[in-house]
Amino acid sequence: MGYCPNTPEEIREMLVVIGAGSVEDLFSPIPEALRAKSFELPAGMSEFELMGIMREKATTGGSEIVPFIGGGIYDHIIPAAVDHLAGRAEFYTAYTPYQPECSQGTLQALYEYQSAICRLTGLEASNASLYDGGTAVAEAALMALRITGRNAIVLDASVNPLHREVVCGYLASLSAGVCQVPPAGCESDLELLMGSITSETAAVIVQNPNFFGSVADFTALAAKAHEQGALLIVTCYPVALGLVKSPGEMGADIAVGEGQSLGNTLSFGGPYFGFIATRKRFIRNLPGRIVGETVDKEGRCGYVLTLQAREQHIKRHKATSNICSNQSLCALRGLIFAAALGKQGFEDLATLNFDKAQYAKGLFSALKGVSVLNAGATFNEFTLALPKPAAQVVTRLLDAGVAAGVPLGGYYPGLEHAIVVTVTEKRTKAEIDQLAGLLEEALWN
Amino acid sequence: MELIYEKSVPGRTGVRIPLCDVPKAAPFPEALRRSDAVGFPEVSELDLVRHYTNLSRRNFSVDTNFYPLGSCTMKYNAKVMEQAGALFAGCHPMLALLPGGEKLVQGPLSLIHGVEQQLAEITGMDEVTTQPLAGAHGEMTGIMVIAAYHKARGEKRKFVIVPDSSHGTNPASAAMAGYEIITIPTAPYGDMDLDAYRAAMNGEVAAVMMTCPNTLGIFNPHIADICEIAHQAGALTYYDGANLNAIMGKVRPGDVGFDVIHVNLHKTFGTPHGGGGPGSGPVGVKKGLIPYLPTPRVVRNADGSFGVEAHPEGIGRVSDFFGNFGILARAFAYITLLGSEGLIEVSEMAVLNANYMMARLRGEYELPFETTCMHECVFSASRQLKDGVHALDIAKYLIDRGFHPPTVYFPLNVKEAIMIEPTETESKQTMDAFIEVMLEAARVTRENPVALHEAPVTTPVGRLDETRAARAQQVCCEG
Amino acid sequence: MSMYFTKEHEWVKVDGAQATVGISEHAAHELGDITFVELPQMGKIVKQFDTLAGIESVKAASDIYSPVSGKVIQVNDKLEEAPELVNESAEDLGWICKLEGADLAELSSLMDAAAYAQYLKGLE
Repeated sequence: MGYCPNTPEEIREMLVVIGAGSVEDLFSPIPEALRAKSFELPAGMSEFELMGIMREKATTGGSEIVPFIGGGIYDHIIPAAVDHLAGRAEFYTAYTPYQPECSQGTLQALYEYQSAICRLTGLEASNASLYDGGTAVAEAALMALRITGRNAIVLDASVNPLHREVVCGYLASLSAGVCQVPPAGCESDLELLMGSITSETAAVIVQNPNFFGSVADFTALAAKAHEQGALLIVTCYPVALGLVKSPGEMGADIAVGEGQSLGNTLSFGGPYFGFIATRKRFIRNLPGRIVGETVDKEGRCGYVLTLQAREQHIKRHKATSNICSNQSLCALRGLIFAAALGKQGFEDLATLNFDKAQYAKGLFSALKGVSVLNAGATFNEFTLALPKPAAQVVTRLLDAGVAAGVPLGGYYPGLEHAIVVTVTEKRTKAEIDQLAGLLEEALWN
Repeated sequence: MELIYEKSVPGRTGVRIPLCDVPKAAPFPEALRRSDAVGFPEVSELDLVRHYTNLSRRNFSVDTNFYPLGSCTMKYNAKVMEQAGALFAGCHPMLALLPGGEKLVQGPLSLIHGVEQQLAEITGMDEVTTQPLAGAHGEMTGIMVIAAYHKARGEKRKFVIVPDSSHGTNPASAAMAGYEIITIPTAPYGDMDLDAYRAAMNGEVAAVMMTCPNTLGIFNPHIADICEIAHQAGALTYYDGANLNAIMGKVRPGDVGFDVIHVNLHKTFGTPHGGGGPGSGPVGVKKGLIPYLPTPRVVRNADGSFGVEAHPEGIGRVSDFFGNFGILARAFAYITLLGSEGLIEVSEMAVLNANYMMARLRGEYELPFETTCMHECVFSASRQLKDGVHALDIAKYLIDRGFHPPTVYFPLNVKEAIMIEPTETESKQTMDAFIEVMLEAARVTRENPVALHEAPVTTPVGRLDETRAARAQQVCCEG
Repeated sequence: MSMYFTKEHEWVKVDGAQATVGISEHAAHELGDITFVELPQMGKIVKQFDTLAGIESVKAASDIYSPVSGKVIQVNDKLEEAPELVNESAEDLGWICKLEGADLAELSSLMDAAAYAQYLKGLE
C-alpha cells in the first residue's frame, strides 16, 4: 500500500532511534483543533481493478473519432523510438538538473532541444520549455514589456482564440493594455496592424499559419514595428515550419508556439510544451530555465542551468517569470521526434501535410455551396464557408464518427457558417474522400 | 559526449513517413517558403537510440538512485500509472469544445471531475480547477482568483505577504498577478515571526501565502491564527501545497482556514518529474471564491453525464484546455490505487523516515531549529564550514557515492542549508546506506577536507564552470 | 579621496561635485563571480538610497542602492564585456557609475572605511 516498504519491525527500530513511542507521536506538534475533519475517500485497490476503471474511461475518450480538427493540437505520427527513449526511467524519473554532474543526460538533451528550436524558428537563443502554446504567447508578451519598458500589446485576432484568452488574462493582471486587431476575412489585416502600433506598443503578436490556416509573410510588419521601437512576436505551428518561412527570416524578435505537434500525443489537453526563441541580445529577458555549455576543470565539455539569476529562486518577485517546473519530458519527446525524422524527413512530413490538405481543399470546395475563405496560401488547415451553420454540420458529422473541423461562430461573430478543417499526414485519402461524402450528405440531404 | 548534431551525416535518413496517397499538389509558394530545410540532425534510428540511451545513463534518477531532494518529494513513480496515462493518448481535447462533442469524451471528463473531487476531499476545499500546468502556475492562478474576489468587492489591495522562507515561486507568482510583496522574517523558533506578521497585516493586504509544514519541514502550530489574523483584516489566505506529503489524512488546509490552495501532482501524488516537468498544479478554493475560477469547468449534469460549462465571471483561461490531462490521469490513478488508508500511510511513513534521518544525522550536522520535523529535515553545514567544507562539497561527495544530493542552499534563511526529504517509498536499508555516507563525509571533513573539494570524480564530468556558462551564454549549437 | 560606505555595501568617492559609486570588496566576495552588471541609464536621477543599478552572479542577484543623490553622468562601459572587473577590483577599476550634483552633507549618514570595517566585523 502506498509503496511504503518498511516492515513493522523496521518501523519499531526507527521509532526507538527517534525516541518516539509511536508514529502518531511524530504528529504531536499538530494541535487537535487542526486535525482533519474528514478524509473520506474510497478504499484502495490493486493494479488490476484500477486498470479496469481507467480502461473504461479511456474507451469513452473519443479516440475513435477521425480528427480533422486542430485548434493548436495536431494528430501527427509519433515514431516508436520517441516513446521508447523518452520512456527511459533515467529521463522521466529524474528531476530538475540542479546537480549538473549527475544530470548530464537531461542537461545535454535540453541543450540539443534548445538548438532544435533555434534552427526551427531561425532565431538565436531558446529556453528549456514553457508550459504550452497559450502561456508561451503570454510569456512572450511579458518579455516584450520588460525589454521595451512599455505597457501595451497589439494582438492580431487571427491568433488562436484560446491563446488570446490566456494572453489577455496575464496582461490584465499587470494592467497592461491589449489592442486586438480584427482580421480581414481569414487573413491578418496588415495595414490595420501596422496602423495600430504606437510609441506605447511593446510588441505586435501574430500567428503563422493563423487560426484560419492562412500563411503570410510578416517581414514588412517586423520592419514597421521596429521603426516604432516595438518588437514582433510570431506564434507558430512547428510542423508548418518545415515549409513555411521562419519567424527569424521575417525579422521577428521572439517566436513562440505550441510544441505538441512534435512528438507529443493528443492526451486530452496535455502535457504538451510551449517553446520560445529570441535574438541573442534579449537572452537575459527570457523566462524559464536555460541550459548553457561550459567545461569542467579537465576541459571536458558539459552542460549546466545558466543565467539563473533571472529566475524566481534567485530574483523572487523580480524574476522574468514565476515558472519553475517546465515541460522538460515533453520537450525531450519533441527533440527525439525531430531527430528521428531528420532534416529531410521533417521537410517531407511538412510537404505531405500540405499535399494532403490541398487535395482535401480541392475536393471539399468542389461541393455545392462550399467555398474556401482563405485568400492565399494555406499549409494543412483551411477555412470553408458552408451553406448551413457550421455548428450543425459538425454535430451531425460527429455522430458519423468524424470531427469535420472547428466551427468558427463561437470565436468570431459573423463566421457562423465557417469551419476550419485540418488535414495532417495521418488522414488517408479514404478518410478525406469519406469526409467529402459525409459533408455532401449533411449539407444537401 | 558528442551532441546529436555532431553525429549527423548529410543524407542519412530517419524514419519513413506515411505514403502520399493523394495527387501531389503544386509546390508551396516560393515567396512564403523557408529558404533552407530545418537543420535537424541526420542520423539513423540506431544512432538515435544509442545516443539517447547513452545520454539517459548519465542521469541519476529515482529509478536508479536514492534522490532525497528536499521540497521536491521524489517518491517512487508507480509504473501502473504510466500504463494508465497512456490509455488516453489518442483523445483530442478540441472534441470537448465542439458542439455535440461532450458526449464523446465522457471518460476523460469524468476523470477530470473525479480527480477534482478527490483533491477537494484531501485538502478540505469546496471546488478544484485542474487547469494550472505546474505548482507555480497554480500559485499565479490562485492569486489571480484572490485578486478577482477583491476587485468584485471594489477593494483596492496592493500587497501579498510571504515568509522569507517561502519558495521563490510564491513572490514571483504574486508579482505576476500584479501585487507588491511584503516579506516577513523567520523567528528563532523556526517559523514566520507572528508579531512582525501581525504588524504588517492591514486593509491593503490582499493575501498571505503560507507553506505548511514550512520549507524547514516544521509544522507551525499558529497556522490557524495566521489565517484568522488575515481574515480579520479582510485578506485571504493561500496555501502552497508543496509539502502536502507530510499531512494527508492528518490536516486539511481547508479546515485550518485557507481560502485558496494548490497541490503539486508531481510531488505528493507521485506523477513522474520528467527531468524538470511536466508537473500539474490544481487549485482548490472555498465556496465564496468559486465564481472566480478559470473557465471552462467540467460539470456533472442531472442525468449523471458530464459537460463542459463556460465560467464567465472567472479569471478567464490560464491554459488552453483542462490542464495537463496525462498528469491528472496518473494522479487520479495513484489516489484511486492507494485509497484513503494508503494516503494516510504515505504521510505517516514520510514523516517517520524524515525523523529517522534527523535523529541519526543530528550528531554530526547542525540543526538550525530544535524541533521535530515533518516529512523533511533541514540541516546546516555550518560545523563543516569551520573546516572549509561547504554544503556543496558534501553534495558532490554524495554523488561519487551513488546518491543524488539533498537540496542545498534552500531555504535561504539557513546558512549552508541541506534539506533532506527521503519520502515514504524509501526503505530503512536505503536510508541507512545514505546516512553512513553522510557520517563518513563529516569524518572526512574533519580528517581531510581537501578531498571533498575535488568531488565528484566518478561522473563523466566534474564540477562545471558556471561562471563561464553565464558569461559565454552558449545556449544553442549553431547550425 | 576618502571612501564612504553604506550598510548595503556600496561605496562612494567624492571629488568636488562628482561622486563615483561601486560595491565593496566584501559585497563582491559575497556575490561570487559576477556575471552581469545592470548599469543605470545615463541621466537617471536618484535620491540617496534609491535603487541605482543591479548586479548578478551565478547564484545571486542584488540591487545596488545609491549612497548619495545625484544624476548619472557616466557609466563604466568596461563592465559590459568584463563584469569580472568588479571581482578583481571592486573598489577601484570596478566602479559602476559617476553621479554629479552630490550633496556632501549626505556623506554624514555613511560610514568611513574604519567604521565600515567595524560594521563588517559585527556582521559575522
